[in-house]
Amino acid sequence: MELRKSYFADQRKDDLHEIGQPRPRSDSPGHVTGKTAYFADRNFPGMLHLKMVRSPHHHARIRSIDTSEAEKHPGVVKVLTAKDVPHNVYTILILIQIGPEDETVLADGKVRWKGEAVVAVLAETERAAQEAAARVKVDYEVLPAVFDMEEALKPGAPIVNEYHGRNYYLYDSGECRKVRFGDVEAGFAGADHVLEQTYQSSPIEHAPTETTGCIVAPEGNDRFTCYTNTQAMFFTLDNASIILQMPGNKLHFVGGTVGGGFGGKVDVIVEPIAILGAKLTGRPVSFIYSREEEMQISSPRAAEKVVIKDGVMKDGRIVARKVTGYTDAGAYSRHSPYGAQKGAGHYPGPYTIPNVWIDTYCVYTNRTPSSAMRGFGVTIGDFALEVQMDKLARLIGMDPLEFRFINAYRDGDMKAHRQPTEGAALIECMQEASRTANWPVAEKFMAMSSYAKGA
Amino acid sequence: MAKVPVQFTLNGAEKAEFIDSGTTLLNALRDKIGDTSPKGGCHQGTCGACSVIIDGELRLSCLTLAETCNGAAITTTSGLSEGGVLHPLQRAFLDAFATQCGFCTSGMIMAAKVLLDHTPNPSRDEVVEALSGNICRCTGYEPIIQAVLTAARSNSQNAA
Repeated sequence: MELRKSYFADQRKDDLHEIGQPRPRSDSPGHVTGKTAYFADRNFPGMLHLKMVRSPHHHARIRSIDTSEAEKHPGVVKVLTAKDVPHNVYTILILIQIGPEDETVLADGKVRWKGEAVVAVLAETERAAQEAAARVKVDYEVLPAVFDMEEALKPGAPIVNEYHGRNYYLYDSGECRKVRFGDVEAGFAGADHVLEQTYQSSPIEHAPTETTGCIVAPEGNDRFTCYTNTQAMFFTLDNASIILQMPGNKLHFVGGTVGGGFGGKVDVIVEPIAILGAKLTGRPVSFIYSREEEMQISSPRAAEKVVIKDGVMKDGRIVARKVTGYTDAGAYSRHSPYGAQKGAGHYPGPYTIPNVWIDTYCVYTNRTPSSAMRGFGVTIGDFALEVQMDKLARLIGMDPLEFRFINAYRDGDMKAHRQPTEGAALIECMQEASRTANWPVAEKFMAMSSYAKGA
Repeated sequence: MAKVPVQFTLNGAEKAEFIDSGTTLLNALRDKIGDTSPKGGCHQGTCGACSVIIDGELRLSCLTLAETCNGAAITTTSGLSEGGVLHPLQRAFLDAFATQCGFCTSGMIMAAKVLLDHTPNPSRDEVVEALSGNICRCTGYEPIIQAVLTAARSNSQNAA
């Protein structure tokens, strides 16, 4: 295999000798001796425990909230509702100008998913907080809910999120992200075979062994130190600053050690309310998800639905691909508009197809808000695309690996987004895979190259 | 609430605390005594991250009431290395790349130690069985199994 050295040539000294050499992990000595400090390995005198009162309904109007019994419960120090949060309606991607703000820190007038935070209770012990949370009375008027993306997109469906006013994210390109390249209908008309298939996935929970949480300590100089297992330190700091209407220099975030994240700890959920609790009580606050909350409340990977229609020739060339992708954001945006957009960029796959048509929708339903997880927006798409590739190969009676060689993108090929391919290595990877997996392909494929046309 | 006295040895050192009745050993160790090497992953006895050794037996500290440990000898992962020298299991976990996020590691090492204390030369199946109550969500099971087998071999070499 050729190792290309043209990339970053001016930055290379080619005196590298790390590859193939074992290096000890710098964090491992802490792990094996139990010395690694996770956020929860801290204890402060007078620390309060925060527990959430959560919505038992998928979609409901809140008629009234009565916290009087909870406030009287022994050990309770503070009970927080929406009116206590300085900037209660937020959205995390507002930092990169992706709005509108569409989610409440504590529910205000409405709940849009089962498990949504409504009231925060701070008490001397976890047990007191739990008991008091059970004494909060919330009067709900249950509303019709929608759980299916296609149902949600139909006219007359219950509106999940009034901040959007419609059950899909409105991109600057309209109701979906779009890619248009060539003439996909002409491609289908000229194809030997056309195959349309639908692929679906369910939400997937990251299930880290260490649950989501943070411990906040007031520092006495009007600053707050937040020990957290967030995977997005400054993102969380900046969003906390907006939600609390507090300058960032009042917030000191300490983290970096995460007991398993997998993308599940990039939302900004526990820190702002814990900092607010510490501010209003003047005491350290611990807010740590129970295992049940981690599984039921934290954002999962989005459920997705992918409809792929391909036109293929008997000689193996894919001549047209039409994809409609749906990402179930649940009740709030979080990272899902970005995930659905990534899908649009990804769906042609690493293949050169002359006619491509893609629509990807970010859909709101009354389900648990979904967000980031390991390649979100792409992983489920890849599953669908590669199963589709195998089906197409079978349809024309071709070896599935050879079928991919025929369609693999190569340097210079124009991609559907009108970016010329550069630095492709799919063919070389497949050649290596063919050898390693002992899955032989015809000699002409082993002689191909990603960057020498005609070879 | 009236406090309850508890007294036990932790990694060979005498410990005495007054705790609320009903406090788990996990919370007593972490919040009262300050040994945070056992981790709370589920607080319901399913993940194994809180595993400790009580009188030679593997126990889930999140399901053990601290007040039942009076007079017991408790071992945690933080007490395994002596004089700055890692225990063979710790050494093997380090060398075998058997840690990722590290949250399950001290529980894994506890489970492995009880196995090797009872069965110095375990089969691979015995290692798998011994670790079956400990979840590694990073799914690094294979290096962990290899680390335990390596530690067993190095123990038997040292003994020979």
